[in-house]
Amino acid sequence: MTQPVDIDPRAGAMVRSSLVKRIFTNPLGIIAVAILAIMILAATFAALLAPFDQNFADIGNTLAAPGGEHLLGTDSAGRDVWSRLLYGAQLTLLSALLCAAVAIGIGLPAGLIAGYYGGPFDTGASWFTNLLMSLPGIIVLLSARAALGPSVWISMIMFGILISPGYYRLTRTAVQSVRNELYVDAARVAGLGDGRIITRHILSVVRAPLIIQTAMVLGVAIAVQSGLEFLGLGNPAEATWGVMLSDGFRNVYLSPQLFVWPVLAIGLTIGALVLLGNAVRDALEDGQKIAKAKRRATDATGAVAAVDARVPAASDVRTRAVSAALPAVEAGTEHHLLRVSNLGVGYPQADGSVRSVVRNVSFHVDRGEVVGIVGESGSGKSQTAFSILGLLPDTARITGGTIQFDGAYTVAPGDERVSQTRLRALRGRRIAYIPQEPMSNLDPAYRVGSQLVRPMMLVLGISRAEATRRALDLLEKVGIADPKRTFDAYPHEISGGMAQRVLIAGAISCEPDLIIADEPTTALDVTVQAEVLDLLRDMQKELGVGVILVTHNFGVVADLADRVVVMQHGSVVEAGQVRDILRDPRDVYTRTLLDSMLEGKEPMTTLGSSAPAAPVVPTLADAARVGLITDVAATASTETNEAIEEVAR
Amino acid sequence: MNERLLSVDDLVVEYPGKGFRAEPFRALKGVSIAIDQGRTLGLVGESGSGKTTLGRALLGLAPVSGGTVTFDGRDISHASRRQRRELSRDLQVVFQDPYTSLNPAMEVGDILAEPLTIQGTSATAANQRIRELLDRVGLPQDSVHRRPREFSGGQRQRVAIARALALKPKLIVCDEPVSALDLTTQARVLDLFLEIQRDTGVAYLFISHDLDVVRHISHDVAVMYRGDIVEQGRAELVTRTPEHPYTQRLLLASPVPDPDRQAERRRNRRRLLDAEAADLSASAA
Amino acid sequence: MVTFTLKRIASGIVLLVAISLLTYTLLYFSGTNIARNILGDMATEDQVALKQQELGLDQPLFARFLDWAGGVLSGDLGRSWFNAETVGQSLMNRLPITLTLVVVAILLTAILATVLGMTAAVKRGWVDRVVQIGAVIGDAIPGFVLAIIFVTIFAIQLGLFPAISTIAPGAGPDAWLISLTLPAIAMTVTAVTSGAQQVRSAVIAQLEKDYVRTLRSRGVSEREILFKHVLRSAAPAGLTVLSLQFIGMLGGVVIIEQIFALPGMGALAVSATSLGDIPIVMGVVLYTVIIVIIVNLLVDLANGWLNPKVRVS
Repeated sequence: MTQPVDIDPRAGAMVRSSLVKRIFTNPLGIIAVAILAIMILAATFAALLAPFDQNFADIGNTLAAPGGEHLLGTDSAGRDVWSRLLYGAQLTLLSALLCAAVAIGIGLPAGLIAGYYGGPFDTGASWFTNLLMSLPGIIVLLSARAALGPSVWISMIMFGILISPGYYRLTRTAVQSVRNELYVDAARVAGLGDGRIITRHILSVVRAPLIIQTAMVLGVAIAVQSGLEFLGLGNPAEATWGVMLSDGFRNVYLSPQLFVWPVLAIGLTIGALVLLGNAVRDALEDGQKIAKAKRRATDATGAVAAVDARVPAASDVRTRAVSAALPAVEAGTEHHLLRVSNLGVGYPQADGSVRSVVRNVSFHVDRGEVVGIVGESGSGKSQTAFSILGLLPDTARITGGTIQFDGAYTVAPGDERVSQTRLRALRGRRIAYIPQEPMSNLDPAYRVGSQLVRPMMLVLGISRAEATRRALDLLEKVGIADPKRTFDAYPHEISGGMAQRVLIAGAISCEPDLIIADEPTTALDVTVQAEVLDLLRDMQKELGVGVILVTHNFGVVADLADRVVVMQHGSVVEAGQVRDILRDPRDVYTRTLLDSMLEGKEPMTTLGSSAPAAPVVPTLADAARVGLITDVAATASTETNEAIEEVAR
Repeated sequence: MNERLLSVDDLVVEYPGKGFRAEPFRALKGVSIAIDQGRTLGLVGESGSGKTTLGRALLGLAPVSGGTVTFDGRDISHASRRQRRELSRDLQVVFQDPYTSLNPAMEVGDILAEPLTIQGTSATAANQRIRELLDRVGLPQDSVHRRPREFSGGQRQRVAIARALALKPKLIVCDEPVSALDLTTQARVLDLFLEIQRDTGVAYLFISHDLDVVRHISHDVAVMYRGDIVEQGRAELVTRTPEHPYTQRLLLASPVPDPDRQAERRRNRRRLLDAEAADLSASAA
Repeated sequence: MVTFTLKRIASGIVLLVAISLLTYTLLYFSGTNIARNILGDMATEDQVALKQQELGLDQPLFARFLDWAGGVLSGDLGRSWFNAETVGQSLMNRLPITLTLVVVAILLTAILATVLGMTAAVKRGWVDRVVQIGAVIGDAIPGFVLAIIFVTIFAIQLGLFPAISTIAPGAGPDAWLISLTLPAIAMTVTAVTSGAQQVRSAVIAQLEKDYVRTLRSRGVSEREILFKHVLRSAAPAGLTVLSLQFIGMLGGVVIIEQIFALPGMGALAVSATSLGDIPIVMGVVLYTVIIVIIVNLLVDLANGWLNPKVRVS
């Protein structure tokens, strides 16, 4: 009956501050508000603006054409159309408001109670909601009219009751989504009563969806009301748009313009309400986008400000024609399994600038070698990995540099996007990917087995039976005790650690040359992490495959990697053999990172990275080291994450 | 000084089972811990071990079905909302996720004022206190009129810490307060926790899945596994020379940032697991 | 699966009883003097009283409801109070028209909304813009207003279709086709616009899921990802929208039938309620609710089949 409204617990943030402002920067929003304002004014001052009473009938002058004394002509009873339109606005809008008020009055409190407390009230109310929603609405309205008389007020109250489930569900879902948010818990810990928690923390979340829903409901109410009256069920003594429509349609052969006016009035009003609802929704979504972008930007630290001048506007982006024109890679570098040279990745912004997230990154991976890419959030490590896989978001652009795999470019000089044609031939076959979050990377609708079998059939061109045999072998190989059972299980039936093993099995299933593992153990418990690291090491040795290990954890790097690339703010700050980097880091940032590790530090001492307390230091050598760092903290270490964020704001 | 602040005895938390006549789920199976004033008890365990449930039970956010929680000499196992309000002066919380622990619709000033005004603090006194708090956690004064989304994860966690400190509590339950943070930010927030304890003498129940974090910040450590505490004692002992096989596994599973030492740790872990497996098959036979 | 279905059928029966009782109560209190309506203005008070007794109108609410319900259980929906037709017969004459209209409209909606919504989500560009703008326009114009405009333009002005139904008892398929095309299109248009918009957002939400990226990394083709994985995961949302639209259409068809003068269930309902012909109204309510319950059950079963997680619980 009404559209579902998306709920985001963070949406409440936008309402108070800039929602109104944002609606007014949207041209459609302005138009909607303007139309509604005119309608409301016309309705309010109907008595002043209307030249005739709504029911004054000029019997001798029926169905008059527009013009003269009757601005829009007269209807079949000789009543002035313009006057009736104005009075109609009054009645139509007020009764629609009544309908929304009734629906909110029932749905909102019920939804709040059901969502917040759950329990028997929730069960009962939800059942009653289902009852209301299964009622054939129009029949109920027809019966109500028969029982209680032909009043637009009564039918709108009835309709309000009928659509209250919309508000109930909306509120209940919104409340449920925040009921267990940590900030509500914090308020409980502070001893806030339920009433105050609801008014302070929960209503604000419901408010915005409520506005959107109400705009829609008003539109639907006007539509239903005019529909009923069109059926001839209105009160002929009350001038509403629906009654006028009905009269107009009955005389459509004699005076077709008669029904044009109410149709226009109805269409304009409902249209404006829909546009207003959309404008509010857009404003909320924009707000979230801005909030998200900000979050990303603060995470990406200083990269925000950097604009790469070499990038042309998004409009003249071209993807190079494939193969034929592909230049040869730099001589003497063909033997590298993968070579990334001076890679840049950026996101074009609305204002024409480009937010650069990877800058001038170069490194290579040889066959059978494990290269760790280490950095904090926003360092560009994952973006680098995804550009190798060709799985960057559509909006991303290669702003410079090249990527070559096994002696041929996947990103040739001058390319602005990763060539999907070239990568399609490589992905799954020669380059594989192990994701971070095990559960969300399996399709919940398909059994584990079929998600392993299908890619093998496609990539290796083998039969289903053969692929099934191989998949069971693989599951056993990655240390799953009962391969058959896991093969037949749905993703939600297996544990996170097992899901990660399945994903590793998937990655190695087509015997790739290069595996890109993006934080492959971050989501796992530490004991499971150790097992998965063992598995990765065994597989890597056995297959002799090259691995790019993207991680923030130096322990994981120490466990697996041969060489390390340290990234910060989209650039490589240091690269080298794992022992050199971990034992004798040259770069200030690498040192800050390593010094933030707690392993081997004196417990209960501050680490010196936070002013102003002086660190307690055990040895002279360490003192010198810490001294260096605190120095840096004052000057160059404005580069550490938070400091930059503060500057950027 | 070393007065008993919190003691938890034989605490049981059960959640009703899903579905009709389902067995209830026992999240805590009779847990006992104690914290003295000004001390930190680190609580370490993996996901699903019940460590977060224990913290929530202390705060009245999880149903206590058995045992007692005594705080500052009072039994608070089943404290009412009114008693909780009083209790919140002394018992506070910092949650894990700084993105959802602050109401996105509220300004930081309002967030910090909430615990104060509910205790009846006047507006001017509250403003004064909020200024002190922002200084204490190292946030600029103009944060008052900003919203949480304008801050980074580390800064949000500082706001959450300031909120916990507002009423000068005796104990703060810290539920994985640094696990969502980057390495360098984590170090700085841990420093802040240590400084605050040094300055105010507050006690912490510090919950984490990371043995290194817990070792770094705690006087004592308790290790949880499947709803039970399997080992507790002085932090140094528990985290460096653990006795319980699970703690040993936990210690050896966490990788160290040096290839050679890590290779050794890996070998030790293998040895431990093999020994366990041998034990198991021996006892089976 | 079987217990789930049985449970749903049981709750459907409870729902059916509740709604019948509710409607019956509403009709019981209706102010219409039914006996007077039947006999006309010329009848004497005695005649009216006699008629009331004959129809059982002097009985209390529950006695009358139980009497009616008892009839329903033995398969007898009663007779119209105004003509001799049995309720079952009169519904059977009209149900095919209404059902054909609604089913054709919902099928067209399902197909068009899926195609448009998916194209908009995948290709973006102008299709996307058309779908977005169409959604606003579709929401803004009530279905029956669109139908009126259609009648005016295509039937009255251009004379391409008849403005009034040509379906008579025993009419051939050509009469049905001619009479139902325009109303079906009118009902479809508004439903498609909002449906396509919702399919679009459901598909976009799925395309952004992690597992889609992983499937791409495995070398699975875009086409297979779209049709095997994304569409399947987006389907429950789409089906729920469709079921809501179906229920909406069952209501909206009443007005549409009036506009096109189709002899369907809607027209029957309108005349029966205004006369107070309780047996007919109750019959219409009963049939409508049963259809709604069946549709909801089918959607739930389909969603369970599509989503293994739901199936388990």
